[in-house]
Amino acid sequence: MPNVMLRKSAQGDLLFYVAKKDLEETVVSVETDTETTWGGTVELADGSKWYVEPISPPPAFPTTLRFKRA
Amino acid sequence: MSNMTREQTETLIEEVLEVYPDTAKKDRAKHLTVNDPSIEASKKCITSNRKSLPGVMTIRGCAYAGSKGVVWGPIKDMVHVSHGPVGCGQYSRAGRRNYYVGATGVNTFGTMNFTSDFQEKDIVFGGDKKLDRLIDEIETLFPLNKGVTVQSECPIGLIGDDIEAVSKKKHADTGKPIVPVRCEGFRGVSQSLGHHIANDAVRDWMLHNRDNDNGFESTPYDVTIIGDYNIGGDAWSSRILLEEMGLRVIAQWSGDGTVAEIENTPKAKLNLLHCYRSMNYISRHMEEKYGIPWMEYNFFGPTKIAESLRAIAERFDDTIKEGAERVIAKYRPEFEAVIAKYRPRLEGRKVMLYVGGLRPRHIIGAYEDLGMDVVGTGYEFAHNDDYDRTLKEMGNATLIYDDVTGYEFEEFVKKVRPDLIGSGIKEKYIFQKMGVPFRQMHSWDYSGPYHGYDGFAIFARDMDMTVNNPCWDNMTPPWLKGAGASSLAAE
Repeated sequence: MPNVMLRKSAQGDLLFYVAKKDLEETVVSVETDTETTWGGTVELADGSKWYVEPISPPPAFPTTLRFKRA
Repeated sequence: MSNMTREQTETLIEEVLEVYPDTAKKDRAKHLTVNDPSIEASKKCITSNRKSLPGVMTIRGCAYAGSKGVVWGPIKDMVHVSHGPVGCGQYSRAGRRNYYVGATGVNTFGTMNFTSDFQEKDIVFGGDKKLDRLIDEIETLFPLNKGVTVQSECPIGLIGDDIEAVSKKKHADTGKPIVPVRCEGFRGVSQSLGHHIANDAVRDWMLHNRDNDNGFESTPYDVTIIGDYNIGGDAWSSRILLEEMGLRVIAQWSGDGTVAEIENTPKAKLNLLHCYRSMNYISRHMEEKYGIPWMEYNFFGPTKIAESLRAIAERFDDTIKEGAERVIAKYRPEFEAVIAKYRPRLEGRKVMLYVGGLRPRHIIGAYEDLGMDVVGTGYEFAHNDDYDRTLKEMGNATLIYDDVTGYEFEEFVKKVRPDLIGSGIKEKYIFQKMGVPFRQMHSWDYSGPYHGYDGFAIFARDMDMTVNNPCWDNMTPPWLKGAGASSLAAE
């Protein structure tokens, strides 16, 4: 259950950063990404999948959330 | 580009690994690679930030070095107490040449060594009372200090002293920030964790001190220089460029930095990050908490400086964009003259680097401006995100080595025969005795600054002075040179 910092890159992509693992990857898909909720299973550019309970209203980035391995 | 092909470089790595026992060989093989700029993620080709193998010669430091020596040490108006036995502080005192302005011992304390000098009784009975007394003593002797940091050495963590409690108590007594830093040397695999711990200590104990204080008048052009330790005056030669283009630098982290600057940093509009490795943590924190964006920049060599100045200006309005162009145009005759003078003397020379932090990738541009090729590079304590950034900067089929051992580095140099090596003091004399020109790239070999346009002129002169030094022709003594070789008198 790592603490993950989510931030927008200069290109506008969402970046998924885990300090302790030196993991910084672009988020390719988010299960639920609507006006009211954000979350579910998140897939990264390296193919790994992570899960966070859907949050509503959607969080403002950058923010830190606790993810689980999906 | 390197004149070695991919196959030749791969063979070289295999040859060098040949002498190791099987387990060591397997482990070290992961840290050495041949560069392929098309690879996006470095974890596919190199492993980094792992524990060094016992028995090999590594040149890494410890967490205390990362915190006291790098991040906290340069903050000039605080007293940094090396809490523990006397040696750690004394043998690293003032070694990093973080320049600052001020009267040392009165209102600035950068080059002084403060230590609690642990004795056996402090280990047995605990050192908290001593620390308490020591902070009182600092207040009496150096009343103009703006705060104290307690930099833990190994025993503090081992004996379980509660430096946080002492710090809170003394903060209540003095009203100044007293920062306990849990940077015991045994934490982590290198100084890199010390940077992280130090960043977290800034975050937890100092950064928010002026959150409710609106006394600071900010402007839309406020920026900070983060991760520049002012080695030989680097931050100053960077700062003038930013100021000339119309920005206002409100804080320097941490070279020539002060407590007030650090506490006012959350009022900036943009954090400019030079050393990504040591200060990305606090930049990310400020982005999350205060919404201050951050960007990396590179002030080594005119090509990269121009790129960086334009990228920085992109974040602001047209006056700053014009300012950036004006600065580049102003210094153009200067750096063109430097290139015209030194490039013919350095063209085509090969360089190998092995440094820490940001330099193994940032300096490449400056060497390329002088027509030199970087054929090998490596970091002491980088993580994979540093290598991600490095792969693109380096040429195809060049060598990349992580936490290189003394033996590997020597063998690489013997085979590649570079014309210049840039590394630290521990490598310097080995390579000079092998007859290879050498520059210390941690401390700029007691020269500097190397940042900015002014720094580039000094950088070019230093490289020429080293590479074309006549002493390299005298490596063979006259009686072994044979007939026909006669020495020439100096002109």
